[in-house]
Amino acid sequence: MELIQQLVNGISLGSIYALIALGYTMVYGIVRLINFAHGDVFMIGSFVGFYAVTALHVGFFPALLLAMAACAVLGVCIERIAYKPLRNATRIAVLITAIGVSLLIEYGTIYLRGAQPEAYPSTLLPDKKLEIFGVIINSQSLLILGTSIVLMILLQLIVYKTKIGKAMRAVSHDAEAARLMGINVDNTISATFAVGSALAGAAGVIFGIYYIKIEPLMGIIPGLKAFVAAVLGGIGIIPGAMVGGLVLGVIESLVSGLGYSLWRDGAAFIILILILIFRPAGLFGKNVREKV
Amino acid sequence: MATWKRTSGFWISIVLALIFFVVVQVLISGQILNSFYINTLFFMVINIILAVSLHLIIGVTGQFSIGHAGFFAVGAYASAIMTMKLQMPFALALLVGGIAAAVAGLLIGIPSLRLKGDYLAIATLGFGEIVRITLLNVDYVGGASGMMVTNLTTWPWVFACLLITIIVIANFTNSTHGRACISIREDEIAADSMGINTTYYKVAAFVIGSFFAGIAGCLYAHHFYIIQPTNFGFLKSFDILIFVVLGGLGSMSGAVIAAILLTVVSTFLQDYPETRMIIYSIVLILVMLYRPKGLLGTKELTSFFKLRRATEGGIGNDNKHTVA
Repeated sequence: MELIQQLVNGISLGSIYALIALGYTMVYGIVRLINFAHGDVFMIGSFVGFYAVTALHVGFFPALLLAMAACAVLGVCIERIAYKPLRNATRIAVLITAIGVSLLIEYGTIYLRGAQPEAYPSTLLPDKKLEIFGVIINSQSLLILGTSIVLMILLQLIVYKTKIGKAMRAVSHDAEAARLMGINVDNTISATFAVGSALAGAAGVIFGIYYIKIEPLMGIIPGLKAFVAAVLGGIGIIPGAMVGGLVLGVIESLVSGLGYSLWRDGAAFIILILILIFRPAGLFGKNVREKV
Repeated sequence: MATWKRTSGFWISIVLALIFFVVVQVLISGQILNSFYINTLFFMVINIILAVSLHLIIGVTGQFSIGHAGFFAVGAYASAIMTMKLQMPFALALLVGGIAAAVAGLLIGIPSLRLKGDYLAIATLGFGEIVRITLLNVDYVGGASGMMVTNLTTWPWVFACLLITIIVIANFTNSTHGRACISIREDEIAADSMGINTTYYKVAAFVIGSFFAGIAGCLYAHHFYIIQPTNFGFLKSFDILIFVVLGGLGSMSGAVIAAILLTVVSTFLQDYPETRMIIYSIVLILVMLYRPKGLLGTKELTSFFKLRRATEGGIGNDNKHTVA
């Protein structure tokens, strides 16, 4: 029973990782860039949700939508200001810029509001304990899981059923060819950043409800872990990010369940290094040989 | 005579460095420098050693590593264990700190240097975090509360380490091995197809770089009384990265200048840590947008003085010709 309990916890946690990982994977798939600032977009989403609830007194869903909208705008701004001028620069230059943007958002937030943590109001979602076959499931976890699944289905619909989704897939396959076919590559990249950041914003609100405490540097560790999840599933592959996130969440819960909770953060990085060594393309990826 | 002409620059800089050493030593023993300035000076030198050692990995070999604080931490803790737990002399602790970091560099280098670019960056970042989390959970080294270390770092030690680091890395860069590393930086696949054993050179650069990061860790640990895992998080790695990037990817004098400059800046902004990080990040973004090569690019400071001679038709412009 203990094991199943840990599995349930792991899936809730994993769905948060999966939502952040989706943004990483989409951005990487389209511009080959590890967006280090993605974890901080997640943090901003969490704070927007918090202020929406405490200052505007709205419910869960309006707060979620508000956070998603704010993060989408932020994501597009980051892309336009920092990454777009570097479209043809070296990979290292882009990576360093991403690190810079990440530090700027973190410390800019601390500068504006201070480093003190905030507590999410616990009355946002109904909190009931459901008991199914001896496993206690929190109603909050179920709602969190449900929201994540709805968002993921929505993403699949956007990517596979809409015109902009088709453009995204074309650009990620071959940006030059897509440009020649009349696709506006810049707008497509912006749209990708908007969608990925909106998912991160939603994850931020969900994370706040799940863990209660939020603070300006909270994006770093979940951001890195979501990246691990994206690599685990095969970076650039959308279903890979979902599976990677869930697997990572479950592994983490099992590690803490076995009594090694202090090593939980280490487990993610050990998985990362093992995956990078033995299967760099990830679980779902194919190996592509680089040519001169 | 020809030998003197080729090596005169080297001996002149050694003499200048020794004069600088004696002047500072006199100022310290005459108690003209107060502890604030000595502190800043030591911190500056430690930062220079870190910047130069990372420069070898990123600037010369082109391996984007952002886990340098991990090696720094390994050196700091290994040397602290030597002096505090095993009562060994400082010189031995210094050596062991360096070797422990080099072994860590070898262990992480061999598997992860098969990776390139972003993947290597993330793997090294993960390594740095694993080191930090491990230190946090091992009670032998004090866990989160850290270790008390006696103050054994003195100016002669600091200066000797700095001099050795700079001489070793400058000579390595100018040797056959260094040329091989530079060719890997420029194009790894092309270097590989020209018969250069890329894995060997990448691991060599990694091991040498982490050795000196370990030395810096030892000096740091024995100067600041207490070491804690939080001192070695990835913000520290980013600090070191900023020295290298701002100075110019591929320029050792650039890394040194940036380390000096930013140490002074951060000393003045010590009371405003947020402002410091905001300035750092904006500088990082602006440098990448408008001058992605950094302050000096791949040029060395000395090449500015030699410019005239080179255009007059002398041999090369910076004695960097090797036969290989």
